[in-house]
Amino acid sequence: MPQTIPIEHGLMLAGILFCLGLIGVLTRRNIVFVLMSLEVMLNASGLAFIVAASRWGHADGQIMFLMILTLAAAEVAVGLGLIIQMYRRFHTTDINVLSQMKG
Amino acid sequence: MLELIWLLPTFPLLGFLSLVLTAGKLPQRVVAIIGAGSIGLVFLVAALIASQFLDSGAEQFVFTAWSWMSVGEFTPGFTFYLDGLSLVMMLIITGVGFLIHLYSTGFMLDDPSYSRFFAYMNLFVASMLMLVLADNLVLLYLGWEGVGLCSYLLIGFWYQKPANGYAARKAFVVTRVGDTSMAIGLFLLFSQLGTLNIQDMLHAADAQWAIGSNYAVLASLLLLGGAVGKSAQLPLQTWLPDAMAGPTPISALIHAATMVTAGVYLIARNQVLFELAPDIQLLVAWIGLATLLMAGFTAMTQHDIKRILAYSTISQIGYMFLGLGVGAWSAAIFHLMTHAFFKALLFLGAGTVILSLHHEHDIFKMGGKRKQLPVAFYSFVIGSLALAAFPFSSGYFSKDEILLAALALEGPGIWLWAGGVLGAFFTGLYSFRLVFVVFFGESRGHHDAQEVAGFSMATPLFILMFFSIFGGWITIPVESVFSHGEAHVEHHVSALLHGIMIVVPLLGIGVSYLFYVSKTFSVEKLMASSLAQGLHKFWFSGWGMDRLYDTLFVKPFLWLARINRNDLVDWLYALIVELTRAAHGLVVRSQTGSLHWYALSVAGGLLLLVFLGVLL
Repeated sequence: MPQTIPIEHGLMLAGILFCLGLIGVLTRRNIVFVLMSLEVMLNASGLAFIVAASRWGHADGQIMFLMILTLAAAEVAVGLGLIIQMYRRFHTTDINVLSQMKG
Repeated sequence: MLELIWLLPTFPLLGFLSLVLTAGKLPQRVVAIIGAGSIGLVFLVAALIASQFLDSGAEQFVFTAWSWMSVGEFTPGFTFYLDGLSLVMMLIITGVGFLIHLYSTGFMLDDPSYSRFFAYMNLFVASMLMLVLADNLVLLYLGWEGVGLCSYLLIGFWYQKPANGYAARKAFVVTRVGDTSMAIGLFLLFSQLGTLNIQDMLHAADAQWAIGSNYAVLASLLLLGGAVGKSAQLPLQTWLPDAMAGPTPISALIHAATMVTAGVYLIARNQVLFELAPDIQLLVAWIGLATLLMAGFTAMTQHDIKRILAYSTISQIGYMFLGLGVGAWSAAIFHLMTHAFFKALLFLGAGTVILSLHHEHDIFKMGGKRKQLPVAFYSFVIGSLALAAFPFSSGYFSKDEILLAALALEGPGIWLWAGGVLGAFFTGLYSFRLVFVVFFGESRGHHDAQEVAGFSMATPLFILMFFSIFGGWITIPVESVFSHGEAHVEHHVSALLHGIMIVVPLLGIGVSYLFYVSKTFSVEKLMASSLAQGLHKFWFSGWGMDRLYDTLFVKPFLWLARINRNDLVDWLYALIVELTRAAHGLVVRSQTGSLHWYALSVAGGLLLLVFLGVLL
């Protein structure tokens, strides 16, 4: 039986990555970085799936990760499209400019 | 042939619809043809049906046009019921109604709302026919409210003047008091007897209720309330004098000949019910007597030509109630018919006077008009003779029968008779006061007025004159309707009593002659004393009934409305609105438009949920 990384370590790493991503989303003003932080959060959750799958020896978690990967790819495609539109219209990538829909 | 009875309300209704849907765009001549023609057609149909019905010798005829609604056992239909009573009413409404429509085609010629007038008139005739032909009380109530609506619309016909609108509202509200009582009566009858079909209901009442039982008393009292409101009897008579604000043909058709007699019809129709409650039946007689005397006194003091006629109408309907109360059912209906003739004649004559004198209503500004207004003069003389029950005029026969029946009643009969005879004295007095003041003596104004009476206006007057004189010889086929319970009048009253009944109205005419033509007595001298002036003022105001109701009902209501101007109950709902609005303002602040804020609240919310999940 080869030496495996304990599940606690894997989950801890996923949690740290998730929190880093979240902090990025909450604090970054440049929308490109917000999108990147979002990707980090997605991959953190993906990592949690992988770790859990290897712990119980199930393929389900890996399949789930593949789905998250596809989802992230689609999300990035749409998100980048929106960012380009936003830049064309407002000549900025500062997310705080887009705050007309309030009240 | 008899099946054509459904055409009777249909023709005027079609006339109403075609006039309303064209919205006054039709030329006057076409409106006149539709308006008066539809009623003429209905009269022809009614006459055909009447002759057929009388030939057939049947006692009644029932025709169901279609069923109205069906709720469990309760299935009132548009079912028409024809018997002697509704036959007489039907012929009066269509016959007199047609004459008045014909007269109106001339009378209303200068009015810009010609088409609207005939639309309302046709709707009225349709509703009135529905009322008298109804076989169940629900359909009767539909017609009852329909004529009330038309009465309201036509009193306020010249709505540009606020006083007319007020008179219309007053008539509507006061009759509504009676109508509400009648509606409650219908509920009571239905809950106790399970049917509102008039004949079934009367049979059931006869079978289930003993004479004088509580339910019979209550039901007939509630129906009497409706009748009193519609027929302008005490204590709900105050609306009729003000209803004279409408055009004069309306006063003739609705407020003299037909609608106001609907109460008499209602009581006669529910004869069995009233006989089950003898106390209430006697109450009908006393109400009639009190009303006829009160209205007689008041009519003597009025100087508006139409108000005099209005009070005389109230007084004559009082006679009909007196007749109903003493069990002279057919005599009351007979008086209803003759009254329709001579009162329509008087009102149409008054219309001619008013139109010829440029809308003058005050009789003391007329005087000496018999040469200037010959047709109106003859109308008034003949109409007033019939009204005062001059021997062998139509009014004589009918009033005679009612008074004889009152005399035949044991107990209070003699008092009812004496009151009725006293009323007849005043009838002679006030009716001929009107004739003498308007048509005799010196001219006091409008010296060169020309009589306006074209063919369409004069013809109905001549026809009505004929019927006012000879209408007393008509026999109405109501014996089979009232066969059970009719007071059989002994025609063996002493010659003295009969003589009194003939002489007393003549005495009234004579007194009026002495005052207003020969000037043997002077009105001024009579009015000199303060007592006479006080009495005059009291009578002139209609025995102060208007002021009484004003202080009892109108003023408290207005006071209540004033203190509740800001609607106390509404505060509760206003509070709910304010709370919602405040909460809305609070939530709106969270919508900042900043993505960071939204992301933070999502994350915070999630965190909160996780914590709660862990803790609980």
